[in-house]
Amino acid sequence: MTGPPALDISHLSYTYGDRRALDDVSLQVAPGEIFGLLGPNGGGKTTLFRIVSTLLPIQQGSVRVFGDDVASQAAAARRRMGVVFQSPALDIRLTVLENLRHHGHLYGLHGATLRDRMADVLARVRLQDRARDLVQTLSGGQRRRVEVAKAMLPNPALLVLDEPSTGLDPSARRDLGDDLRGLRDRAGTTVVLTTHLMDEAAGCDRVAILHEGRLVALGTPAALTAEVGGDIVQITTREPQALAEAVRARFAVEPRIVDGQLRIERPRAHEFVPQLVEAFPGAIDAVTFGKPTLEDVFVRHTGRRLE
Amino acid sequence: MLLAAYTLWSREIVRFYRQRSRIVGALGTPLIFWVLIGSGLGQSFQAAPGVPLQGGYLEYFFPGTLALILLFTAIFSTISIIEDRQEGFLQGVMVAPVPRMAIVLGKILGGTTLAVMQGVIFLALAPLAHVHLRDFGDLAYLVVFVSFGLTGLGFLMAWLFDSTQGFHAIMNLVLFPMWILSGALFPAAGAAGWVRAIMLVNPLTYGVTALQELLLNQATAWPSLDVCLAVVGGFAILTLVAGAILVAKKAN
Repeated sequence: MTGPPALDISHLSYTYGDRRALDDVSLQVAPGEIFGLLGPNGGGKTTLFRIVSTLLPIQQGSVRVFGDDVASQAAAARRRMGVVFQSPALDIRLTVLENLRHHGHLYGLHGATLRDRMADVLARVRLQDRARDLVQTLSGGQRRRVEVAKAMLPNPALLVLDEPSTGLDPSARRDLGDDLRGLRDRAGTTVVLTTHLMDEAAGCDRVAILHEGRLVALGTPAALTAEVGGDIVQITTREPQALAEAVRARFAVEPRIVDGQLRIERPRAHEFVPQLVEAFPGAIDAVTFGKPTLEDVFVRHTGRRLE
Repeated sequence: MLLAAYTLWSREIVRFYRQRSRIVGALGTPLIFWVLIGSGLGQSFQAAPGVPLQGGYLEYFFPGTLALILLFTAIFSTISIIEDRQEGFLQGVMVAPVPRMAIVLGKILGGTTLAVMQGVIFLALAPLAHVHLRDFGDLAYLVVFVSFGLTGLGFLMAWLFDSTQGFHAIMNLVLFPMWILSGALFPAAGAAGWVRAIMLVNPLTYGVTALQELLLNQATAWPSLDVCLAVVGGFAILTLVAGAILVAKKAN
């Protein structure tokens, strides 16, 4: 790609009074990418989303959308972006079509063009038959699909979504993921979403992990999980501190204590676990092990669990 | 710009008609006020010497009630801004590539239209109060710009307050007294000095005074009709400009 990045965030910091919500965050999203911002609630994702979507002013650093600065070229940047908020931005007293029509007008669409676009986006999210219903009669998953349809109406090059799967059941969440991938594949839309769910982040092309306002890791889900050495062994025990020291002394590993559980990164865990259980009979209540996930990447970088 | 303002305007209208209770609230409450206060005070009220009022206090109170209807409708249509802005439709509007002025204009014009429609319905009752409608040009100007100014004021208040509770407090502490001290209930001439002073700086006084001049067919020495019309128009424009500045300041 020779053009500017779809999203270019450079040395972005933001504070609410004394609280530092974002601390020198820099990252770039390539056109056509599905990019996830993963982190716990309060980690800074929503602040980042609000700055990118022009709802919050820039304090330090810069944000460019396909080269347009969101502060100095706000109107141009806004025109390139479709935004889906975490809290619903639909008027529930209006019908689906009325919501779409208002939104189209705000983006300068009208007449036959608007009608065609409305039919197109409704078909993409499979809601043609609900077009004339009031939004308040729709389910949570359907409303979220209307939000996506609405954001897609002006055919934006970049779609940003804040916690799009909030309040959705697992099947609606999968549908939404499929919709977003379909959008990227057909229209080349760049998608940036925030999430605190690791399986949602795992479906992205690349993931940035935000913790306490800082970017702690960035890469493809595969590359990030590959950083974790081998498998993850989790031990439930009544005395995590004592067991951690004992395990450290006996095996050459460095256990972490996370939420009262011991976590050990270890290759070939299927060989390690039997030794472990035999070495400390009675001290171990339960052991699980598995391939590392983004959750383990998060723990590795922050010493905490995601939720 | 115009398309954006139009679409926000039309949303206000459609929403209003889907919530029938708002029509009753905005029109019914002032009507009850008019009948009860008007009839209750009727016997004790004495028109100033030289002012011919066949309808008594019901007649005197008619223009004030009209102002109250405009005030109520304006407030009810701007109160939604508070919730809308925190989470709701207005978030999407704020990130859309539209001039901030269009957002303010669409919203205020929506409230203005609703207030004017309610005002017209009430004006149809004029014969009941022995009020004769005349000078339709000035009357239309007044109803439109008083509505615009009040909606604009409501917009500013709603934008500045984060909660509907705060807005209700302001409504009771500022907007309602503003109406009481506008000449709607009693003429400035008979009031205490400090009350008269407040009435003089209250922009709504000029709207109500002008409405009284037109509807009650009574000429006031000061402020003259022209001064009133100018203040009403100027205040409306002021709220629009202040609104656009306020909205632009919020984000970039």
